[in-house]
Amino acid sequence: MSFTSREFWTIVHGMGLGAAFLLAFAGGLAGLWSLRPGLVTDAGVVERAKRLKIGTWTMAVAAWLTVLTGSFIVYPWYRADTTGACEESFTEACGAKYALLADSATAQWHEFGMEWKEHIAWIAPLLATAVAVAVSYYGVKLVREQGIKKVLIIAFCAAFAIAGIAGALGAFITKAAPVI
Amino acid sequence: MTGTDASAGTGSRDVAGAQKPFGPVAAVFIAAGIGSLVLGILTMAAEASASIKSMLEWSKAVGPLMGKTLVSSAAFFISWGVLHAAWKSKDPEPRKVWIWTSVLVLLGLLGTFPIFFQLFAGE
Repeated sequence: MSFTSREFWTIVHGMGLGAAFLLAFAGGLAGLWSLRPGLVTDAGVVERAKRLKIGTWTMAVAAWLTVLTGSFIVYPWYRADTTGACEESFTEACGAKYALLADSATAQWHEFGMEWKEHIAWIAPLLATAVAVAVSYYGVKLVREQGIKKVLIIAFCAAFAIAGIAGALGAFITKAAPVI
Repeated sequence: MTGTDASAGTGSRDVAGAQKPFGPVAAVFIAAGIGSLVLGILTMAAEASASIKSMLEWSKAVGPLMGKTLVSSAAFFISWGVLHAAWKSKDPEPRKVWIWTSVLVLLGLLGTFPIFFQLFAGE
């Protein structure tokens, strides 16, 4: 049982960092949601704020690493035009992009799916970073900033939804034409 | 969007005791909006113009995606730094900041949506 280098990086990009992102989102969202003066003691707020910082920064770092590995390590394999004529005549040596484009039944996975995924994914780390910065900045004082906290939850969920679209498209595209 | 000095601020946020100015948070959120917008604009521009597309192709292997994403990330970090320096002790109105951030991010999302940006496809 072994992985090729491409399989390894695809797993790191999609499953490793994706799982970290998902876990950090779940923890961060639960932490933000329950950070209310009536629900936690002063000592609890201090402990909760520390966990919240870890959760939001983990999500932000995972988001950056996911787009960096996806765009600069995995994506070149996906679009590799090894023969220099993959667009005109697809061969097994061509990247997954050309396998999708060679068949009209799968071409939309590239023309819509990958075109959307490769761009939209980069908005997720921007929002996730903004939330992490705000959480770190306010620290324990966030418990008294309920208005700001609500917007942070919305931005946090938006970052997750955007990453979710990119992740789901990535899974479907990989199923249609894996990067091997 | 100008801010007032934090020390002059009043209202419910004073209940927190030592109030923190909202400027640093406003800076990073508006910067996220700017980064999104720049990504949307570059995506449309690369679709519309072959010369812009090749200008953004900093790596043959990655294609124009490299230029689009690195320029938009640079726009985020640079605008964050500039806005942070300008607003670190200011208290801009949160509502305006959230509205501007939403508008900028939504424009970025629109610009990166294939059905929209492919309308600008050049010959």
